[in-house]
Amino acid sequence: MSANITKLLRVLCLALALATPSVAISAAEKIRIGSKTFTESVILAELAARLSASTGASVTQRRELGGTRLLWDALLANEIDLYPEYEGTLTGEILANAGVVDEETLAQALAKKGVRISRPLGFSDSYALGMMAKEAQRLGISKISDLSQHPSLRLGFSHEFIDRADGWLALRAAYGFGHVNVRGVDHDLAYKGLAQGSIDVIDVYTTDAEIEFYGLKILEDDRNLFRGNKAVLIYRADLDRRAPAALSAILRLEGRVDEKSMMALNRAVKIDRRSETAAAAGFLAAKFGIFGPAPSEGMVGRILQRTVEHLRLTALSLGAAILVALPLGVISARRPLLGQAILTAASIVQTIPSLALLVFMIPILGIGATPAIMALFLYSLLPIIRNTASGLADIPLAIRNSAIALGLTPLQRLRLIELPIASPAILAGIKTAAVINVGTATLGALIGAGGYGQPIFTGVRLDNFGLILEGAVPAAMLALAAQGFFSLVEFFLVPRGLRLKPAAE
Amino acid sequence: MIRLENVSKFYEGSVVIDGVSLTIDRGRTTVLIGPSGSGKSTLLSLMIGLVAPDRGAISIDGSPLTRRTAVLLRRRMGYVIQDGGLFPHLTARENIELMAKEAGWPVERRRARMEKMAMLASFPALALDRYPAELSGGQRQRVSLMRALMLDPDILLMDEPLGALDPMIRAELQDELHAIFQRLGKTVVLVTHDLAEAAFFGETIVLMSQGRIAQQGQFADLFERPAEPFVTRFVNAQTSRLAALRETAMHKERE
Repeated sequence: MSANITKLLRVLCLALALATPSVAISAAEKIRIGSKTFTESVILAELAARLSASTGASVTQRRELGGTRLLWDALLANEIDLYPEYEGTLTGEILANAGVVDEETLAQALAKKGVRISRPLGFSDSYALGMMAKEAQRLGISKISDLSQHPSLRLGFSHEFIDRADGWLALRAAYGFGHVNVRGVDHDLAYKGLAQGSIDVIDVYTTDAEIEFYGLKILEDDRNLFRGNKAVLIYRADLDRRAPAALSAILRLEGRVDEKSMMALNRAVKIDRRSETAAAAGFLAAKFGIFGPAPSEGMVGRILQRTVEHLRLTALSLGAAILVALPLGVISARRPLLGQAILTAASIVQTIPSLALLVFMIPILGIGATPAIMALFLYSLLPIIRNTASGLADIPLAIRNSAIALGLTPLQRLRLIELPIASPAILAGIKTAAVINVGTATLGALIGAGGYGQPIFTGVRLDNFGLILEGAVPAAMLALAAQGFFSLVEFFLVPRGLRLKPAAE
Repeated sequence: MIRLENVSKFYEGSVVIDGVSLTIDRGRTTVLIGPSGSGKSTLLSLMIGLVAPDRGAISIDGSPLTRRTAVLLRRRMGYVIQDGGLFPHLTARENIELMAKEAGWPVERRRARMEKMAMLASFPALALDRYPAELSGGQRQRVSLMRALMLDPDILLMDEPLGALDPMIRAELQDELHAIFQRLGKTVVLVTHDLAEAAFFGETIVLMSQGRIAQQGQFADLFERPAEPFVTRFVNAQTSRLAALRETAMHKERE
């Protein structure tokens, strides 16, 4: 009892001590923190976020933005201020041609880009190859070079590992592998595939919690290919000036996260199913005595927030698409040649895979909701333009001539006769666009737009089926609701006369 | 008065109207008749500007009909086509008063005019709020006629207005239309392929063949003074069959 009270008092004092100066000095400090789409990165970003928040700074988190390239571009484009990175990734991948040989030249090369680097956080996370211990024992494999004796083994590597110069390419060159059976596998699904026996060897990060959980054998890197890859934070050079208090709080992480701590954090999230926020809060409380706000907000609150984000993406993009596609459809119906050009352009946009379209938007519009809305807007155009054009073109000549003969001007004819008669077709087009839009909007989470995609992708990453459902079920329901909504609109908007069957003569 | 001067119209290289000059007299009913493809419907479309002539000129009461003047000139003409051309999303009433509404007529004026029209076309007031799909073929043509007459135009153009109706209703509507024409004293141009209908309505009959006028005159002129062999062939094709059948029937009765 008394122990609890003492603890509470200590927390209060600490909170006061932390809060008092920070309110005065850094009330206006703002910081945006990004993370890559894997658990360790999300946890590190969460640690940084909670540390900076403890100084009173206003923190925006861009969780699970994507891969290395996306985060690096976002940092240079001033979309984010800071994200967790690895030295090896910086030297071997991002600055591969900058002639970096040591930490000093690395810092210089980064400074040229307006980026600074923290001192190492403590742990090192390098690539390694792993396989199920039993299988390794059965085949007598303990070193990476042993793999060349077994060319029929199925290798499942993460997409980034396959693409990177210091990944599969270096591995094949260093060990002279002739394996043809190499597949790209999502890193979070690779462990499952390994356990099920559908692949035999995967790439792992040495701090992955699953290594222990699944009982993996880490193969000895007997030709010293994979270098130690120290975790660091990189941030924009101007952050020092803009948010000094927040930055210095974050930099308290330097040298404080050792290998054991990182593995424990990874384990807490991936195996014990705690949220990154909760795991980070626990670490900070134990290590720095910092107690942030309660980490969990409950499922209802989460879904509500996702719904607001998702609806915003859909409503804005669909609304804009209707405003643009309707006139384009009218023009297409009036000027068939121009119409062909418009429809072809809209069709080409439709053939771009949705993920690619989202990524194309990033250089132009950055990350977040704006590029996602733009991509969804482009996707929604075709069904509306096509249905508007064909709805207008299908109006019988007798009716069009009657409207002309009455002496109506072209604009009056459009407003009073043609659009109302074409309204069922136009609404059908909008309905199709809405359903496609709601589904595609889940991909927006990949570029930081939030929405129902967020729990889906987090769920895939954490192998948490419940979390996947938390995004997938509301998304499906929203698609149905959109369909229902436009059916209702149809009922009220489509003139009754168009729903009647002609009377028998 | 409608005047066509040396008007020609081509569709994809073939001649549809071939140098037609024609004057439609004010206050009279003129019937355009001819076999299908003779250009009679195209001639009517030219008069209301649905189709622009490739050669020649058209004027309505002295004003030349061009792309620019067409919108206003059309409001001085009413137009009725075969299946009515009613707007399916509007009720009979909304169809009839659409243009009056757009022209800014106040409610009382529209209502008064509507009552007059319904009386003239013997259209039941209750059916005014039905949609075209809920009306019979004959009723649809009455609505189409009311719509054409709503703004009280000087000229009424009708393209096979009774073509889609069954014979009994057709005869009934013919009588009514005839009475309406007599009462209103408008300039009427009516297209038909039925010689009996042409004779019934037409103070002047214009017989068309292959895009030109074969003969223009009164019904009796076609029999007594055919301008060319085609006129006789056309008249015989429509009259001789029935006459022959009737003769045979009467023979049988006598025997």
